[in-house]
Amino acid sequence: MINEKYFNSVIVLLLLLVPAWATASDEPFTITLITRAVVFSLAAVGLNIALGLGGLVSLGHAVFFGLGGYAMGILAFHAQTYSALFEWPFLIEGTKSMPLIWLVALIFCSIAASLIGFLSLRTSGVYFIMITLAFGQMFYFFSISWPKYGGEDGLSIYVRNGFPGLNTLIPLHYYGLCLVMLFLALWFSARLKKSPFGLALNAARQSPERVETVGLNGKRLKLIAFVISGAITGLAGALFADLNRFVSPTMFSWQTSGEIMIFVIIGGVGRLFGPVTGALVFVSLEHFLGGINDYWHVYLGLFLLGIVLLGKGGLVGILCGKEKINA
Amino acid sequence: MSLLKIFQLNASYGAIQALYDINLDVREGEVVALMGRNGMGKSTTVKSICRLIPSHGEMHFAGHDLQVLPSHRAAQLGIGLVPEGRRCFHSLSVYENLISAHRSGFWNFRKVIKLFPKLGERRAQKAISLSGGEQQMLAIGRALMTNPKLLILDEATEGLAPLIRQEIWAVISKLKDQTGLSILVIDKSINELKAVCDRVFIVERGKTVWKGSAAQISTKVVEDFLGV
Repeated sequence: MINEKYFNSVIVLLLLLVPAWATASDEPFTITLITRAVVFSLAAVGLNIALGLGGLVSLGHAVFFGLGGYAMGILAFHAQTYSALFEWPFLIEGTKSMPLIWLVALIFCSIAASLIGFLSLRTSGVYFIMITLAFGQMFYFFSISWPKYGGEDGLSIYVRNGFPGLNTLIPLHYYGLCLVMLFLALWFSARLKKSPFGLALNAARQSPERVETVGLNGKRLKLIAFVISGAITGLAGALFADLNRFVSPTMFSWQTSGEIMIFVIIGGVGRLFGPVTGALVFVSLEHFLGGINDYWHVYLGLFLLGIVLLGKGGLVGILCGKEKINA
Repeated sequence: MSLLKIFQLNASYGAIQALYDINLDVREGEVVALMGRNGMGKSTTVKSICRLIPSHGEMHFAGHDLQVLPSHRAAQLGIGLVPEGRRCFHSLSVYENLISAHRSGFWNFRKVIKLFPKLGERRAQKAISLSGGEQQMLAIGRALMTNPKLLILDEATEGLAPLIRQEIWAVISKLKDQTGLSILVIDKSINELKAVCDRVFIVERGKTVWKGSAAQISTKVVEDFLGV
């Protein structure tokens, strides 16, 4: 068994060394590839808060990923066409500023997560999975049937949005930005896990009744976790859209929800670096196996099957063992 | 003044009625025992007080009508439950179990550790790896961390080694003497109860059938309502 701290350090080193190597050997595509993995990691770190800490199996996190994406798409679309979003009751214009877009994405995803969470948390188990899936599909079909923002074809943004002090068009700069966001999210989620809120949430996951008897509202704890989780995944959506300079309804699709969940499960549910590990493995498989065979999902399926059968803890669990008792 | 007052309480599990007519009150600073044979409705009464199951009848706690409150609100008002079978948060450490329940007041982590030094030694250990007695101490500690006005101990000494039982009883009388906490104890050990309890209520088939001071429990009462 490897010490989890060493394992996490190796992942961090990998995230720092791969782009360094890619820059040195002039392989900009590798940077784009690992940026994709980092953005997926961020989305999965978001889901891990709901799934790992709160025990909420949400098959609708694509809603937040897509909302984040469309927040970027719509704002940038209006900025590049010099048209206003609204003229009444007050003028709202588009923007090409990333911090502003992220803020909008965070706000809208939090609102959406509050509403979806409020309704979905009345159920649990399979019903919770189904109702979150249903919300995902609602957003998916809505985005397809709304022609103003590209409908089924999606929206292309010609130039990547800007961040003060950086040239986001340079792959390494954009990678650095995404990596910083990922590290911030990881730091936040580690802090959250050890906070009284995180502990209470952990307890509520096991037994809602027990936390009620010590005066904690289990449902509210879960709702807050769901909102935080959705907001982080939404931020990842905005970054993902900017990475591709393209948004489409695919970001809302249930496959996207499934993929985010696969990252978490491959890596290890509830483990700090589980989502990152999962996303790195997924993107590697997608790249290398996808290059060999169009039907690479079959191998992904086999791989996933192996991980799930070998142990519940995902790759981190298999390599590092169970979480330490004296943490 | 009564801290907890229950009048004509009845409750059912689906179609099966478990409580018919429970009458009970706990005054401030008092230790009250709820006794009765197995299956007579003691734990159901506790679940009703903690709002874990729906019930009918009058239930007032510190001037609030309990019947209209969800269980976490009842706990916030100051009902600290030590549930039957301990039920600690297994995946959390001793320290985390205690901290997650904390609400400001007299009790804090340091004071709970002073009351149960063993929990201090095990502070970083996960609850699931504790012995039964230690888990019981943790469950009591967790309830105290919520700074309750009324502590409810549901079969707190059941299935524990004699030495541990003694320790728990010692803590109960310490809580009574030193902090003046109101306590509702459910237990079967008459001798230990007699030493700490002010009053006793006995339930049979979902009804309160006897009440009196601990000293008034005669052999006849034991034979009629408690003996097997």
